[in-house]
Amino acid sequence: MVGVLNKSMKRMLAAAGVAVLMTGTGWATDLSGAGATFPYPIYAKWAEAYKAQSGIGLNYQSIGSGGGIKQIKAKTVDFGASDMPLKPEELRVAGLTQFPMVMGGVVPVVNLKGIKPGEINLTGTVLAEIYLGKITKWNDPAITRLNPGVALPDQAIAVVHRSDGSGTTFIFTNYLSKVSPEWGKVGASTAVDWPVGLGGKGNEGVAALVGQTDGAIGYVEYAYTVQNKLIFTRLTNSAGTPVAPESKSFIAAAANADWAHASDFYLLLTDQPGADSWPITGATFILLHKVQDKPESANAVLKFFEWDYKNGAKLAQSLDYIPMPDSVSSLVMAKWHDIKDATGKPVW
Amino acid sequence: MGAMSVSGPMDAAEAAKNTFPDRLFHAITWFFAMLVLVLLAGVAATLVQGSWPALAEYGLKFFISSAWNPVTDRYGALVPVYGTLATAAIAMLIGVPLSFGVAFFLTELCPNRLKRPIGLAIELLAAIPSIIYGMWGLFVLAPFLQRTVQPFLIHSFGGVPVLGEMFAGPPVGIGILTAGVILGVMILPYVAAVMRDVFETIPPSLRESAYGLGATQWEVVWYVVLPRSSVGVVGGIMLGLGRALGETMAVTFVIGNAHHISGSLLAPGTTIASALANEFTEAVGDLYTSALMALGLVLFAITFTVLAGAKRMLIRLHQSQGS
Repeated sequence: MVGVLNKSMKRMLAAAGVAVLMTGTGWATDLSGAGATFPYPIYAKWAEAYKAQSGIGLNYQSIGSGGGIKQIKAKTVDFGASDMPLKPEELRVAGLTQFPMVMGGVVPVVNLKGIKPGEINLTGTVLAEIYLGKITKWNDPAITRLNPGVALPDQAIAVVHRSDGSGTTFIFTNYLSKVSPEWGKVGASTAVDWPVGLGGKGNEGVAALVGQTDGAIGYVEYAYTVQNKLIFTRLTNSAGTPVAPESKSFIAAAANADWAHASDFYLLLTDQPGADSWPITGATFILLHKVQDKPESANAVLKFFEWDYKNGAKLAQSLDYIPMPDSVSSLVMAKWHDIKDATGKPVW
Repeated sequence: MGAMSVSGPMDAAEAAKNTFPDRLFHAITWFFAMLVLVLLAGVAATLVQGSWPALAEYGLKFFISSAWNPVTDRYGALVPVYGTLATAAIAMLIGVPLSFGVAFFLTELCPNRLKRPIGLAIELLAAIPSIIYGMWGLFVLAPFLQRTVQPFLIHSFGGVPVLGEMFAGPPVGIGILTAGVILGVMILPYVAAVMRDVFETIPPSLRESAYGLGATQWEVVWYVVLPRSSVGVVGGIMLGLGRALGETMAVTFVIGNAHHISGSLLAPGTTIASALANEFTEAVGDLYTSALMALGLVLFAITFTVLAGAKRMLIRLHQSQGS
């Protein structure tokens, strides 16, 4: 239902965008972006706060990562946004650069009678085998071994996944393919060929199916888990510690990641080292052209992102997003010097 | 003479005044009518162009392959086509008899003071947005089917050949059957409203003569009303079928969105429209987008064939009735 509201809001926003274009006022100064739906609420919130200070608004079309990549390649927008980072090779061909903007986590949620949030613990391998259809009962020894003292029923596991292509699915399947060689055959993408399970549309669809089906397991965005008080599980991370999904474990994952050595910030935050790291963490990315035809508007876009990094953390947390740690954002801003205008002069 | 010479030019002027707006009106309406053709051709051309990369890559195998793997870029239309046809078939099985009953009751049996409220209620069903049907389906109908109807079906048909297969598997609530049921309810107002309207066009004298000959209500409908109104009835059914084939949002909510073909109607599946709604926004890669466009083209072809077939049938019926 959140999705429904979002959709009508998007439409209204799009209509407002068109209206601004038609009247011709202020559109020269407004920033334009398109892409991922996952960070849309926080981009909108940042834009609102930034406009109050600077007078520069943002017209962001949350049309999905695929659409965002297409639009930035076609140069119809100032920046593109994608939940799935582009490979350095693909960036080079398209003449683009990318950097992470804000983070979120993906959380397994279950529906088991008498089980409280965070009460059961799973490992990546077990999660992969559940989604491969190999572990089919909740009292499978692989699960009970991880949860001594918890009474797990002799009940079939109903697997639920996202039906729509989404960054959430990408992060989730990327994690599964890192921890399970067998999941490698399924692979990681915004949509995959699921071996088993039911598909729900959006976080709300997955949550509804999990909520209605006894013995169900699904995965949703962290923000959605918090706001709807879903029954999440803990996960054992790569350091062998069971961790709960909360902002400090997401921040740990981002801080422990080796951003400095990742070329073009092509780094996926899943299965990161560190005893506190939540293993299914992911960042959402901004795409910009490396050579800018309009250096002033590129500069204005970067100013907006600088403001977000420096002043946007509170707003991000209020919407249950995870702001980038300072160590990462200063790395990103140092990289902005590589963005140049047609004559080779840096725009930043 | 004098009067004529005066009135002559005036008539011509008046005629010119009348013909100019007439011609303009003619031109405008002609333009509008042509616009429809241009739009139709444009949509078809865009779909063909968009789906070309996928069709060139997979050829005819696209239509018979059940693969759908965005990771390895293998795509086939078989699963969504099966889902589209299966859900539409269930919808027709449920929706058409229901609509017939409703229309029959309204025109033949209903006390006059109930006619308007019931008629209005049916028309209001058509006004409910499909997303509301989807939400109702997911939160109300699916759990209801999961607890009551599906266990009953599994229990009663288990072990029976063919039927046992059709109703096998765990009762998960959502799936092909649930999508078909929702679609059945959704097409009801369209089909019922058309049927009622055509039943009402039958002259009362015909009915009265039949009753006068001692026919029962059923015989009147079956031997007098239906044969006279078959054209309209078929038209209404086709309207419903067209809607069932293309319905997107409500189906997406309740079909379970799994790219698998299962012998069981209780299993999750996918339709062309729901696959497009699910995957188009985040489809990355040319082949993926193109495969989705190709699915759109297939849906376009299916609905076009259905409507063209219906039209042909209507023309034939018209001719046979005219003679």
